[in-house]
Amino acid sequence: MISFEDLTVRYGDTVALDSVAGLIADGEWLGVIGPNGAGKTTLLSAIARLLPYAGDIKVCGERAAGLSRRQLARLIAYVPQRPVLPPEMTVSDYVLLGRTAHIGYLRTETAADRQACAAVIDQLDLGAMARRPLRAMSGGELQRVVLARALAQEAPVLLLDEPTSALDLGRRMEALELIDEVRHEHTLTVVSAIHDLTLAGQFADRLMLIAAGQIVATGTAAQVLRDELLTTHFGAGVQVMTTDTGDIAVISRRLARVREPR
Amino acid sequence: MTDTQREAMPSPGEMGHPSGLPGTDPFITDGEVRETARVSQRAADSGQAERPSKRRRSRSWDRRTARAVAVATVLLIIAVLVGIAVGPADLSLSQVLEALATHLPWHPHISVPALDSAIVWQIRLPRVMLGVLVGAMLAGGGAAYQGIFRNPLADPYLLGAAAGAGLGATIVIVSGANTALTPPAAFAGGVGAVMLTYLLGARTGRGSGVAVGGGGTGSILLAGVAVAALLTAFQTYLQQQHTQTLAYVYAWILGGLSAATWSDVWLILPYVAVSAVALLAHRRLLDVLRVGEEEATSLGVNVPRLRLAVVVAATLGVSAAVAVSGLIGFVGIIVPHAVRLTAGPSYRLLLPVSMIGGAAFLVLADVVARTAQAPAEVPIGVITALIGAPFFLFVLTSRRAGQDLS
Repeated sequence: MISFEDLTVRYGDTVALDSVAGLIADGEWLGVIGPNGAGKTTLLSAIARLLPYAGDIKVCGERAAGLSRRQLARLIAYVPQRPVLPPEMTVSDYVLLGRTAHIGYLRTETAADRQACAAVIDQLDLGAMARRPLRAMSGGELQRVVLARALAQEAPVLLLDEPTSALDLGRRMEALELIDEVRHEHTLTVVSAIHDLTLAGQFADRLMLIAAGQIVATGTAAQVLRDELLTTHFGAGVQVMTTDTGDIAVISRRLARVREPR
Repeated sequence: MTDTQREAMPSPGEMGHPSGLPGTDPFITDGEVRETARVSQRAADSGQAERPSKRRRSRSWDRRTARAVAVATVLLIIAVLVGIAVGPADLSLSQVLEALATHLPWHPHISVPALDSAIVWQIRLPRVMLGVLVGAMLAGGGAAYQGIFRNPLADPYLLGAAAGAGLGATIVIVSGANTALTPPAAFAGGVGAVMLTYLLGARTGRGSGVAVGGGGTGSILLAGVAVAALLTAFQTYLQQQHTQTLAYVYAWILGGLSAATWSDVWLILPYVAVSAVALLAHRRLLDVLRVGEEEATSLGVNVPRLRLAVVVAATLGVSAAVAVSGLIGFVGIIVPHAVRLTAGPSYRLLLPVSMIGGAAFLVLADVVARTAQAPAEVPIGVITALIGAPFFLFVLTSRRAGQDLS
């Protein structure tokens, strides 16, 4: 479980998150949505303690600020929006980086670490590419490699910043289905920033809408994905429809860029 | 039990692996597959589960690294032999080997002329050994700095070690003090300069939003540039104020191994040994840093602490090397990059191979330095650049573009 209270993050004079509070339950997939610059990435980075914040964040009952980097990395696996992918590093070596928090400071990995990586690599169907360098991989494959590294970390919480932004439609669905599959299998708590509102509604258990450093709505897709909320905070006209399969689709409307008054 | 049954039976180390077949384990290289099959057969025969520790050892030092280390070691042995065989006194290789043999414990009873023995043992060997230590330290320090600052242009003098050492040595020389004080003064100058850089650089970053770095690499590098410029200015001023020692100061700054004695070797050996071991111990963590400071942090690395540990280790060794050899340039940049481009960028391989390769390179460069214009000596820094730059450009242009250099 993750909870944060009175969480404020400043970049110089700019307030990126303004005293927000929230609760993410064990095993839940929370989709963080909102316009560019709203504070989605900032929220994820703060939970991973990658930037200075004021307020309190608790991860699995422990104050995040009181944990060492190693302890925190055993609780939270974080995948940034644009991970650094050393071109000459092989897939297996890259996935092995996920074991860092399990390996003693000046030690090398043990057979158990190798086994954990091999299992994850197999699970994500990367076995045939394990010895390939990252430069030889496609975007969809790299997404799986990055996810494999995060899973090798064996942390109960997975933070994903825009995991699918660089993928085509098919790869995007594949990646999200895969995340859904592994989170059930490993009972992970997933917090992901997602740009695509329709996909966010389809995959996340709950959505959190952030705008201008504030949490403006949380709830199920039906509660958060509403015409007037989205139009107000995204500054573009949208229409929310329910498909015959029960999915909520968010469609942008042309020529409706007029900001509606609250 | 037939052989096929034995092959198919998962060994203890592979329990829990979904496929259970050694051949599909992505971490096993071809050579290891054979070994695994053999070992699992033995384990099956004897019913013992002694494999994990063996496996651990074989994995942490993979075949590619082992091969690169072996090649570099052969190069180093050749370089050392050339280093002690070549010199103004015309000694044959057998004479050299005989002279060496008389210094081994339980050596064969051969009579070697005292002069030959002295030339080999007191003049050539300490010089070669000093070249080994200095070359290993400069190349290893350069590789470590490139990793920790994620900057392909980083060299071991980056944080002011050279400028500080130069100032320390210059102060001793111009003050007319005992020249035996030059190495300690240079050492103190180098260590002091890096400390100053680190204190200033780490201070600037604090509180300005860099939670990860607490004084990011950028501010440390810039502090290094400023400290180096300041100390070099002091050094140049002192040097120009004392024209009578100008040539001596200048020769020291250019660097070289011509004054090498066994006492120099013993003087720096402890620092170089501790530094080399400490740097090698961090090679896996330097690999983690290849994904950047933020991701390394999220993977559980305390980046500021890692950076401090590596800088302290490198500074001790590099300052010791500089103290006895002056400022030998270029080794710390070209050797690690040549290794990166030929053998691969993983620090697990890069650090040991750079150290061994750097030692070989400097010993050979010194051979050229003392023979090219014998009996005069060419400054070794000139040689390292003259051999190193074209070689490096050759390697650089003959490889495909887009390799990661940091």
